Amino acid sequence: MTLDTVKHAAETPDVSQPWKELGLKEDEYARIREILGRRPTGAELAMYSVMWSEHCSYKSSKVHLKQFGEKAPESDALLVGIGENAGVVDVGQGYAVTFKVESHNHPSYIEPYQGAATGVGGIVRDILAMGARPVAVMDPLRFGAADHPDTKRVLPGVVAGIGGYGNCLGLPNIGGEVVFDSCYQGNPLVNALCVGVMKHEDIHLAKASGAGNKVILYGARTGGDGIGGVSVLASETFDSTGPSRRPAVQVGDPFQEKLLIECTLEIFRENLVDGIQDLGGAGLSCATSELASAGSGGMRVELDRVHLRDATLSPEEILMSESQERMCAIVEPDKVERFLEICEKWDVIATVIGEVTEGSQLEIFWHGEQIVDVPPRTVAHEGPVYHRPYERPSWQDALQADDANKLPRPATSDELKQQVLKLVASPNQASKSWITDQYDRFVQGNTILAQPEDSGMVRIDEESNLGVAVATDGNGRYAKLDPYAGAQLALAESYRNVAASGAKPLAISNCLNFGSPEDPAVMWQFAEATRGLADGCLELGTPVTGGNVSLYNQTGETAIHPTPVVAVLGVIDDVTRRTPMAFSEEGQLLYLLGETREEFGGSAWSQVVHDHLGGLPPQVDLEREKLLAEILIAGSRDGMIDAAHDLSDGGLIQAVTESCLRGGRGARLVVPDGLDAFTFLFSESAGRAVVAVPRSEELRFTDMCGARGLPAVRIGVIDGDAVEVQGEFSIALSELREAHEATIPGLLA
Amino acid sequence: MTARIGVVTFPGTLDDQDALRAARLAGAEPVSLWHRDKDLKQVDAVVLAGGFSYGDYLRAGAISRFSPVMETIIEQAKAGMPVLGICNGFQILTEAHLLPGAMLRNNHLHFICRDQKLRVENAGTAWTSDYEQGQEIQVPLKNMDGRYVADERTLDELEAEGRVAFRYLDMNPNGSLRDIAGITNEAGNVVGLMPHPEHAVEPLVGTGRTDGLGFFTSILKKLVTA
Repeated sequence: MTLDTVKHAAETPDVSQPWKELGLKEDEYARIREILGRRPTGAELAMYSVMWSEHCSYKSSKVHLKQFGEKAPESDALLVGIGENAGVVDVGQGYAVTFKVESHNHPSYIEPYQGAATGVGGIVRDILAMGARPVAVMDPLRFGAADHPDTKRVLPGVVAGIGGYGNCLGLPNIGGEVVFDSCYQGNPLVNALCVGVMKHEDIHLAKASGAGNKVILYGARTGGDGIGGVSVLASETFDSTGPSRRPAVQVGDPFQEKLLIECTLEIFRENLVDGIQDLGGAGLSCATSELASAGSGGMRVELDRVHLRDATLSPEEILMSESQERMCAIVEPDKVERFLEICEKWDVIATVIGEVTEGSQLEIFWHGEQIVDVPPRTVAHEGPVYHRPYERPSWQDALQADDANKLPRPATSDELKQQVLKLVASPNQASKSWITDQYDRFVQGNTILAQPEDSGMVRIDEESNLGVAVATDGNGRYAKLDPYAGAQLALAESYRNVAASGAKPLAISNCLNFGSPEDPAVMWQFAEATRGLADGCLELGTPVTGGNVSLYNQTGETAIHPTPVVAVLGVIDDVTRRTPMAFSEEGQLLYLLGETREEFGGSAWSQVVHDHLGGLPPQVDLEREKLLAEILIAGSRDGMIDAAHDLSDGGLIQAVTESCLRGGRGARLVVPDGLDAFTFLFSESAGRAVVAVPRSEELRFTDMCGARGLPAVRIGVIDGDAVEVQGEFSIALSELREAHEATIPGLLA
Repeated sequence: MTARIGVVTFPGTLDDQDALRAARLAGAEPVSLWHRDKDLKQVDAVVLAGGFSYGDYLRAGAISRFSPVMETIIEQAKAGMPVLGICNGFQILTEAHLLPGAMLRNNHLHFICRDQKLRVENAGTAWTSDYEQGQEIQVPLKNMDGRYVADERTLDELEAEGRVAFRYLDMNPNGSLRDIAGITNEAGNVVGLMPHPEHAVEPLVGTGRTDGLGFFTSILKKLVTA
């Protein structure tokens, strides 16, 4: 076969090309020809096809994501914003923190172990590429019905993959979520988050500048795995009758990644790189075009210098391969020798594959012959932009009219008690320790809080006790009922979780999981959710630092619930002041903060007891969330509260059950005036938390709440070895524990 | 004066920083050792920390055992230098035949991370003298290949000679024979265990317990008074 060089392409305009098989649309192919003034070479076509995929180009979502920048709140915390590998936040004392959440949904359905493992690997490299040492990971996960046979295939594989990869990297896994819902049956959501820490001066960016600087590819050899992962997998709807997609999933080697991390950090310490980019989706196509596009000049690459795992790979395949554990650095010529020495020390293969040029083109050669000659911006940053039509679905009104507040409620105390037991044992509300015990949460010795706590918290400075906290939340049921409110509720919950553990929320990242953008109803959900999130971030003063969009999460015509997952990052000046969730001191008083209304739309109760989804989600009041957060943080700082737990799905009884089981103490609760027991226990009104207050602090605490105008009502005391609701029922902790902890192992072990 | 405690970093070692911190908190001078160097930098004792050295390729610990640094450590350990192997370090010590037996995959086939209760069965080793005989301690456990096995005769010998150093209490997390969590050599200078004492040295982090600090204070006392 003759090599399809630039010269050859110019001479043979009529050769038929496999643009359709590579996932490009006809008009996109026409545009490539227009940009180049000729047909693309095979290598160029490969590059455009992966870089213009939905996954890499955000072509359907871009017009909506713009709001995150346009409505960004004033914040002096943001050091690097959207558009880089990950945003960077100033957390004080000269430290900067970078964090991001990303999806690996489609690969994880096809090959759960490797899909989930490489999801962890990819996000960790993103964080590393910013110049930071990764310090923790978290995984928000969603699966089909807990008792569905395929869940038993997908979930254990995903969990083992996350553990198998993350545990080998030495990164504590400190939080995340596990949610079951039949809407995720053929489309599990495997999102992965990583947090990294650096000093301000260590921030690195993905750009290639300075003519004559060398382009070094280092890390694993390039193989034939993951070819076209982004275009074939992440950007199309699955067809269950189609051919197996397994060859498009990458295969990870965490040992190689661990070496890459340590090697890269040592290279940073010696200040040897000008620009750096990790290789993830779209592999070398992405790294070379993005580095060149963001830099000042052009780039020349000798592709035949790339170390291969399989010598038979064609240049197109090398450009598209998504082999894991690779990075690309821009290095000044006099620093190359030291760079290579450090790589040798860590047994990491490194190769100079090209250099930055004075021109403006990205030029790639194969054994001396030119196979790519493109303006890099057209590949990396000027891809197609779609204004997809969107329309409020016809069924939305009927769904909202199907009011959950009208569902039959328990008629007797005994029925109420049975529903409590059923709730805390339901797969979504049950303990997830069978899953999270497969992740190392102790490594690095800085873990202050980890799951099931409200947020994960790590110490970042051993001298000053400065720490950061991260929580991730999302509720697809709320978002289905109202995507605008649902996105804000996810934001509010995550924000509340960070504050409940005593940290001040600073910034957010998000992972927007939706169905096909080609469906106007899905596009409406997406438009509403992004609008809600942007408005919410503006109101709370927490800028969006970056994130990820995953579309085409649907099987046939059926899309998943719109599932915006929000990660909030907070800072705590002194981790010794953190607030745990456990009720552990007998006699401490329990206070319910916030207002409780009759709000059951999308609630866990409506799902568990009635298998129902309808009505409206809880009201959003972000001003109230801000006030609640301020009280929680002040209460923690000044020693007025010893434990706190946010109220979300499952309501008060779920929160109290979790806090009692965590601390090994019971609680006696009294239904406050003006509420019935059912609403008190099961309502999911937002903007609430339950706190444990030492008796000596009661007056000071209630005075503070009163002065600030936050409703705070005393609902009981930590006492005994049962959860008792006065006048209704009492359930022994041992019975609650059995109900809460047996479900997941029973289904999956 | 204090003692110098070395912690080896192999490619894939994960808990080296934690072990160095634990040594420092106990009052020792922590020293990093590199797998390619035979030189032990005049340390008085060595900790082989947890992780997945060489990616656990072939078998956990099987490749590390042949690294240059291990040549010196094996030689010195036989001459009496105290060596503590934690998790992957324990696996390396069995591969190096400094301790008998081997570690197999957990019987439930999952990675497990939990706060584990142990009983100190031998408070006479170089690394356990600060504990009481029979003391119950709680430290994190986290591993994939933690099931301790040996033939019956070896197990009987270990029991008879008091060389079972730690036993799992309440639940056996991985199927280890006779609930064995850690063992010592005859001289008591080489100790290996699967749980992680270096993760239980500060009241603030991890499980909030400091039950693991005793390993590091034990060795420090021994070395400083020696």
